[in-house]
Amino acid sequence: MAHILAEGLDIEFPLYHVGARSLKKRLLSRTGLRLRTDQSNRVVVSALRGLSFHIERGERVALVGHNGAGKTTLLRTLAGIYEPVAGRLEVDGQIGSLIDPSAGIDMDSTGRENIQLRCLFRGLSAAESQEKVEEIGAFSGLGTFLDVPIRTYSAGMSVRLSFAIATMIEPQILLMDEWLAAGDADFQKQAQGRLEQLVTDADILVLATHSMDTARTWCSRAIRLESGRIVADGPVEDVVGKAEEPAAQAIKAA
Amino acid sequence: MSMGSETIAPAVAQSEGVAAGHDSGPRVFHDAVPRVFHDAADPRRANRALTDLSLGFRRWRLAAALAWLDIRNRYRGSVLGPFWLTLSTGLMLAGLGILYSALLHQTLRSYLPFLSVSLIVWNMISQIVTDATTSLISAEGMIRQLPLPYTTHALRCVFRNVITAAHNLPLIVVVLAVTGAFPGPGVVLAVVGLAVLGINAFAAALLLGMLCARFRDLGQIVNSVMQLAFFMTPILWQPSSLGRRAWLLLFDPFYSVMQIVRGPLLGTGASTLVWVSALTFTVLMCGVTYGFFVRFRGRIAFWV
Repeated sequence: MAHILAEGLDIEFPLYHVGARSLKKRLLSRTGLRLRTDQSNRVVVSALRGLSFHIERGERVALVGHNGAGKTTLLRTLAGIYEPVAGRLEVDGQIGSLIDPSAGIDMDSTGRENIQLRCLFRGLSAAESQEKVEEIGAFSGLGTFLDVPIRTYSAGMSVRLSFAIATMIEPQILLMDEWLAAGDADFQKQAQGRLEQLVTDADILVLATHSMDTARTWCSRAIRLESGRIVADGPVEDVVGKAEEPAAQAIKAA
Repeated sequence: MSMGSETIAPAVAQSEGVAAGHDSGPRVFHDAVPRVFHDAADPRRANRALTDLSLGFRRWRLAAALAWLDIRNRYRGSVLGPFWLTLSTGLMLAGLGILYSALLHQTLRSYLPFLSVSLIVWNMISQIVTDATTSLISAEGMIRQLPLPYTTHALRCVFRNVITAAHNLPLIVVVLAVTGAFPGPGVVLAVVGLAVLGINAFAAALLLGMLCARFRDLGQIVNSVMQLAFFMTPILWQPSSLGRRAWLLLFDPFYSVMQIVRGPLLGTGASTLVWVSALTFTVLMCGVTYGFFVRFRGRIAFWV
């Protein structure tokens, strides 16, 4: 049964490669960053501090908060990239992450080769991979450009491809950093449909976003982070506030 | 404003239905780390490290594909491509062979096999060590975005060097054939030697990759050490030139690991002591690497 459980989760970034003292002076004046020195006198940034939450199957959670509040760090922690220094984290379920859709794309390879590469990243067999190549190739609508190196693609074309590759997953737990938008008007409609399918198929969605409208549209619950701590957690309306009329109309129009 | 909740309600309901359907059928989806479980109070580091290693080795095809891309992209648009390596090694062998056979008062025919095998095997070792220092740093983008086993990045580095070596090793066959210095049946031990070298290469890629990600000066130090080791190790000169002090070479891991490949290729074989030295070093190397990997694996994402 897919669920996410965090108890007193702490993530700290040690700052190794910078002159600690001058950096301290520079950074302490800024808000949002949390610096302290640890036992061995290193400067560490507390990216997440004592997070506790439980996300159950069927929940759609929006992570909201200012830049540097810890949203992406939390997503990466949930994805298993960062290991917590304190606390407990349990993520049960197959994870699909759309944290950076273009990660792992090789510019010198053709579109087809990149799809195959991504299949290898996911550990698919050769047969499964072949199937995916056809499927993703068709979805991206790149046609003959699929056999041309990505380096020669227009910006729109590479967005189409990376979107198609990134959304080939069928995860139980979907981690997403900002709602993806892709390509020209035609493709955007198609992309939107795909993403909606992906989100509704997933058992759990965790979406970091700055757009309150996106949060309200897609999520049932919201967690607001501030300086690495949870300051609010509850039904999306309570946490992000209610939509203003013009904004709501804008969503409808879209 | 109520539109927000209206959209959510059907979405959630629908997801329940779809999810139930999914649970009954198999999903075509395997992620690198399908489940995440961390308890800082009980980190179970050894367990994690072993999972990382086994997953990374089972996914060797990914590491191989990435290594192949590295080589292909490095020589993109070049006419000879990686065969430039073959050409430049060939030129170096010719030049150094003529010069050093004169300097060391040996005939080219007797010196060239020794020099060729030595230089090619040494270049292999030296390139692996140098490449190992950036095995994780160069994968920074991937490490921070995709939850892959770290083993994959180390294996990628090893495979990259295997491809490179495959462009140089055939030169040994050419030189041995031209000079008529056939090594005899003992040559099969060279394969064992290469396997031991491969194990060390993987350990080095992981250990140096980690250390150099944490301590950025180490890469420079390693490069200096490799330059020094080139002259301290019997590559251009024969070990016998050291006379009574030749036993000191047993403590030079570069020598013993090189000799277990070089000896069989030259037909002289490697002494038992050299094998013992090479294997001891390999065990130490793997042990230290494993210890470091278990202890610091969780910190790598913060280091790169």
